[in-house]
Amino acid sequence: MEKHEGFMKALKCRECGREYPLAATHVCEFDFGPLEVVYDYSRIRQSMDRSAIQARPQTMWRYRELLPIIREPTVGFQVGFTPLVKADRLAQRLGIRELWIKNDTVNYPTLSFKDRVVSVALSRARELGFSTVACASTGNLANSVAANAAAAGLKAYVFIPADLEQGKIVNSLIYGAHVIAIKGHYDEVNRLCAEIAGKFGWAFVNVNMRPYYAEGSKSMGFEIIEQLGWRIPQHTVVCMASGSLLTKIQKSYQEFIKLGLVAETPYKVHGAQATGCAPISTAHKAGLDFFKPVKPNTIAKSLAIGTPADGFYALRVMKETGSASDDVTDAEIIEGMKLLAECEGIFAETAGGVTVGVAKKLIASGKIPANDSAVLCVTGHGLKTLDAVVGHAGRTREIRPSLREFEALLDAEAKITATI
Amino acid sequence: MPVKVRIPTPLRKLTNNEEVIEVSASTVGGAFVEMQSRYPGIQERLLDETGAVRRFVNVYVNEEDIRFLQNQQTPLKNGDEISIIPAIAGG
Repeated sequence: MEKHEGFMKALKCRECGREYPLAATHVCEFDFGPLEVVYDYSRIRQSMDRSAIQARPQTMWRYRELLPIIREPTVGFQVGFTPLVKADRLAQRLGIRELWIKNDTVNYPTLSFKDRVVSVALSRARELGFSTVACASTGNLANSVAANAAAAGLKAYVFIPADLEQGKIVNSLIYGAHVIAIKGHYDEVNRLCAEIAGKFGWAFVNVNMRPYYAEGSKSMGFEIIEQLGWRIPQHTVVCMASGSLLTKIQKSYQEFIKLGLVAETPYKVHGAQATGCAPISTAHKAGLDFFKPVKPNTIAKSLAIGTPADGFYALRVMKETGSASDDVTDAEIIEGMKLLAECEGIFAETAGGVTVGVAKKLIASGKIPANDSAVLCVTGHGLKTLDAVVGHAGRTREIRPSLREFEALLDAEAKITATI
Repeated sequence: MPVKVRIPTPLRKLTNNEEVIEVSASTVGGAFVEMQSRYPGIQERLLDETGAVRRFVNVYVNEEDIRFLQNQQTPLKNGDEISIIPAIAGG
């Protein structure tokens, strides 16, 4: 068994640079800036190269040195290394030379990219001695905390907005988690959880465990690079809720460059939001480096964060990399979901419709040039947000179990098709 | 009846570990000034060099974000409750 002493050095405020010990804490005591893990990259360089990575199991933990735990992971060994699908039919529909889908709709075990961040947060929570874990969630995170905590024998409290899709509620309850539905939107759930976290001594994955939790998202970017044959995609399109995933994808590219695992080539990381909750893309399009909070109203509930905690950093990354961002309406979200399903056989949740819809706009406007190559990050499964597409995905035709009726139905359809 | 201010954990060292303090100011900005006079140093933790609320600090009056109200000009009345909360991550 390989022995690690950890590759982390400290937590550090992203605003003022003050350093803190590697505890369950997330904000700088001085200016409330978010804390981030500092790594010992010279040690990591000695432990990790392409062949070492390739010899390891195909999970997110093959990039273990760049994930913030000290010992071996104890939660979510099988998470990650989801397929990177070459999407030729969708590429043709959107008018781009080469297109890939990073398909986290089949992430293990709860069918969203959140299993990445949760396995890191819960493994770290155990190292720090916690037995109760919790989260504020728009749904996917709740599912993942509930499932992974159950498998790890940890007690889980998940806090969600009361109006979530049924699928996401049942998907948390089934694991025996304590599910608390808050009468309010996510930002209100978040505010309550910030107050609860200070009081009960639990590991709140996206509050006091946030510095560790957020780093788990980097594994999606590491996998994209490796699965593309050790190169950085020219364009990556990422949906934005808090904006954290976009910043961590960019960080993953930067870390692989720094460690010499990939050649430094130009890249852009474009941000996608729903028009009904677009504080980050609105600010970006207006050329601002700060956003104005909004009250969300969109079917993309997993992205409905009106006060995005990493909004400033997402804006900065997009500015520094010359990336674009845009937003799409509810109708365009459903169209995006259908496009992805019909072209590639991938049923994404509403957030995936946002990513596809925004990619379509950016390709049409030339912000992603037609002759380039792009990766779309699709982060959650469509079965979780069935409510959003019921009535929009076509309908069944009902007949009796009679061959004559079936032939009549086919005849009728042939006539309709002929007249179109 | 005065206005209650709920103090987040990172700032309690400045308030002698008080979780809730009371102020009588008539605006949010006025409350910050009053807090500074009683707990020196607290204002620079909440406001940046330009006097604006720091970007990772969220301030709520009766559970409503002051950016949806009138920011530091938001009026206060007896019985109101101010919460000061760090921004947190997505979910």
